Amino acid sequence: MNDRSADADRHPAGHDTDHGADSGANSGTARGTGRGGERGARRGGVGPAGPAPALPRRGRRPGSGRTPVALALPALLGLAFLILPLVGLLVRAPWSGLSEQLTSTAVWDALRLSLISATAATAVSLVLGVPLAWLLARTDLPGRRVVRALVTLPLVLPPVVGGVALLLVLGRRGIVGSWLDSAFGITLPFTTAGVVIAEAFVAMPFLVISVEGALRAADPRFEEAAATLGASRLTAFRRVTLPMIAPGIGAGAVLAWARALGEFGATITFAGNFPGRTQTMPLAVYLAMESDPQAAIALSLVLLAVSVAVLAGLRDRWLSTP
Amino acid sequence: MTQDRTTPPNPVDAARMSTPTALDAHLRVDRPAFTLDLALAAAPGEVVALLGPNGAGKSTALRALAGLLPLTGGHLRLDDRLLEDPAQRLHTPAEERPVGVVFQDYLLFPHLSALDNVAFGPRCQGRPKRAARAEAADWLERMGLAEHASARPGRLSGGQAQRVALARALVVRPRLLLLDEPLAALDARTRLDVRAQLRRHLAEFEAVAVLVTHDPLDAMVLADRLVVIEDGREVQSGPPAEIARRPRTDYIARLVGLNLYQGVAEGTHVTLPDGTVLATAEALSGPAFVAFPPSAVTLYGERPHSSARNLWRAEVTGLDLHGDQVRAELAGELPMAADLTPAAVAELGLAPGAEVWASVKAAQTHAYPA
Repeated sequence: MNDRSADADRHPAGHDTDHGADSGANSGTARGTGRGGERGARRGGVGPAGPAPALPRRGRRPGSGRTPVALALPALLGLAFLILPLVGLLVRAPWSGLSEQLTSTAVWDALRLSLISATAATAVSLVLGVPLAWLLARTDLPGRRVVRALVTLPLVLPPVVGGVALLLVLGRRGIVGSWLDSAFGITLPFTTAGVVIAEAFVAMPFLVISVEGALRAADPRFEEAAATLGASRLTAFRRVTLPMIAPGIGAGAVLAWARALGEFGATITFAGNFPGRTQTMPLAVYLAMESDPQAAIALSLVLLAVSVAVLAGLRDRWLSTP
Repeated sequence: MTQDRTTPPNPVDAARMSTPTALDAHLRVDRPAFTLDLALAAAPGEVVALLGPNGAGKSTALRALAGLLPLTGGHLRLDDRLLEDPAQRLHTPAEERPVGVVFQDYLLFPHLSALDNVAFGPRCQGRPKRAARAEAADWLERMGLAEHASARPGRLSGGQAQRVALARALVVRPRLLLLDEPLAALDARTRLDVRAQLRRHLAEFEAVAVLVTHDPLDAMVLADRLVVIEDGREVQSGPPAEIARRPRTDYIARLVGLNLYQGVAEGTHVTLPDGTVLATAEALSGPAFVAFPPSAVTLYGERPHSSARNLWRAEVTGLDLHGDQVRAELAGELPMAADLTPAAVAELGLAPGAEVWASVKAAQTHAYPA
């Protein structure tokens, strides 16, 4: 093969980005050319025409044009379907007797228990879920796909089934529960701790998914940079990764907390419905519907208010993303 | 390509034998479609530039030196300490190596101030917070960034961020400093400035610095020695001036803006593999390279009545404005690049497809043994 050079279409690299590139590398290259028969023509200074500047393309704005009825109609119906029940709740609320309803100790007990257990379940989810998300996002765990599927299973599993499963494992005669009972005298079902466990079981997947997404979006090279500065993997995680994915953790925690607050099926199955001990707000609402619908509406309003507050807290993180 | 990999020992290599070797590495990384096989040695205070096209393995080499990518063969020794040797199953992780890295896009921690970015390393080494910050402040001061200490990286300009990254890498007093395309993220104007500053800082640095770049100017300004890599292997190494004068591959010749041919020399003639003969000024015998700059080429519309021995028919395949000159790409007996003025282009009526005569004076060629 003919080993020739400089026949390709590009010449000294970088001449277009850095003007100094070729003059420094090969000073004198651009001088004294065409010493042939064109000396006279040199004064002419004919410059080759540059390429015409490209016109900026104008994209069509989204939303211009007509919305088809076939889409608009079901869309509006869907909107109404989601909003009307909430409107109904507000319309039929016993506003006059509301203060009376809400100041009863039963309501306060349920609300307090709900807030405490949802917060505790969120804490459990954070402590266990963030490392789990890290494991899923950052390691070559064998069978990682299966693990992720198992982690997300509680998302789609009917919560009642989750409650039954928890009973079978952590119940007094359960696989782990009988051992906990005999070795430590710890009983989980039908206790406040049981409420926290049931809620964490249902809520943790939300956190894991959210944090794993944040971890995947975070550039792992920052962890490499930390390693070259002497940080162990744990230090890099604690001091670099964790602060960088804090918004994702926050969003995941709020989501998990909201899910735990509304948890019903797993809680009533695993922890029962004892006022003051395991009766959370959703259970109280359900029970009140049987005996005192006005109280149920009042309790529902409280939960609605909490949900709206959560949504308001999340609006920067969530509602702004398309 | 008919490139010759065996570079004859040059005086610099011989001189280095006597100086102490701080970095002694043979990096071998096997990937399914790519193999890096590179021997690298450097004396304390030496700045080595790895220069090569995209995908040549420069970044792989840098990651291997940093410990971010395990070697599959070879070894890595720094200041007589063996850091990695796959044969002995020895791999020192990145965090335990006395190696500092300035990443291409700096990778400053976005949630920390410039000061805390620089203090990160000392903190990881167990310094108390106050001492680490004092040390970091010293380095920022030295980099002329004292007033930006509390700024987050997002508020720094490209040049400032680069200096913070350099300070962050240097504050832990590494024995090997790695710089990955240190100037690539900067615009042309800041580049000149930052390049000069970086050169000063590298000159002060007492340990080995290895920088990776695809920009020959960066390499030549910053480095004492160039190692040109193509396809995972070294194709040429030596001081920048030597490489610029005597390129040994197409890639390097293009980088330094020379036409390069390889053939067999006999006296002042070099015969190329296809039979074309080039007249040269230097007399040689045996395998040889011939190089000449595009400015040494003269073009004629018709066959000139000159005594030039190097005269060939050629066809213009492309024209490109290159500074205040027009660079013409020529195909034919001897493919080459030629520089001429825009006026000459107009006079000759050059356009892609035009037939011309090209001549090169023997005195303007440079022949050297292959």
